[in-house]
Amino acid sequence: MTAIGERAPMFSLPDTASAVHEPGGAPATVVVFTCNHCPYALAWHERIVAVAHDYSGRGVRVLAINPNDAERYPGDSPQAMRARVEGGDFEGVPYLRDESQDVARAYDAKTTPDVFVLDANGLLRYRGAPDADYEDPEQNATFLRGALDAVLDGRDPDPAQTQPVGCSIKWKA
Amino acid sequence: MRVELLFWEGCPSHPRALADLREAMKELGLDPDRIVVREVRTDADAGREHFVGSPTIRIDGVDVQPTDDEPLGLTCRVYHRRDGRISPTPDPADVHDALAAAARTATADNQPAA
Repeated sequence: MTAIGERAPMFSLPDTASAVHEPGGAPATVVVFTCNHCPYALAWHERIVAVAHDYSGRGVRVLAINPNDAERYPGDSPQAMRARVEGGDFEGVPYLRDESQDVARAYDAKTTPDVFVLDANGLLRYRGAPDADYEDPEQNATFLRGALDAVLDGRDPDPAQTQPVGCSIKWKA
Repeated sequence: MRVELLFWEGCPSHPRALADLREAMKELGLDPDRIVVREVRTDADAGREHFVGSPTIRIDGVDVQPTDDEPLGLTCRVYHRRDGRISPTPDPADVHDALAAAARTATADNQPAA
């Protein structure tokens, strides 16, 4: 498991149009493990997409990764992912498929969603939930926005780590 | 009246759902200790129980938010609150109304015939 301040795992994953994405090349990169069918991921989704929109002008990249076993959970299939992208659910956020689940394992991701913030050097600066309450849109991804503001301003995020809340990742047998 | 809460441990929402259900029963003067809580552990269990996700609340066998063609399985269930928000648990008002309707039916069924 990568500790706060350590180098986060690198990866190359395809999006729903088969374009390959890697973290980095930005003053901050958000890596969020998510999926199609989890109510927690869905409840927080618009807040995360809003972060991508609001911070794009400062160069922040947001990469969403679906690591779930699509064989047992067809709602997380590449086709279902593509349908959401084509429906406009991921405006400004590449939706990547972690078919092998290797990236989720490398990040020790626990839930959907599980949010990681990397700085310009690829160091992990925040990990956890987007904010304190999936039921309250007014929370507005406060933890995530605070972490990004800190990283972009050269400060340490506070908190740097919160408890991820959501559905367990659906690991392959 | 039989009130059941079925859950899968892989989804963290069932304690909240149980608390909401207990509260609704108390509001209606029903005994919350009558709730039958059952864990669904395997895909086979899910198929046998017609379990479409955790948590599922049934009153006399009827789901408080019936679904159309949701696949059976071990997953977290997606609910919609009355204000449109997505939630891992049913709207407490829906739970309350389903319990109230079932209680009225039970009362009517127990009335002596005229």
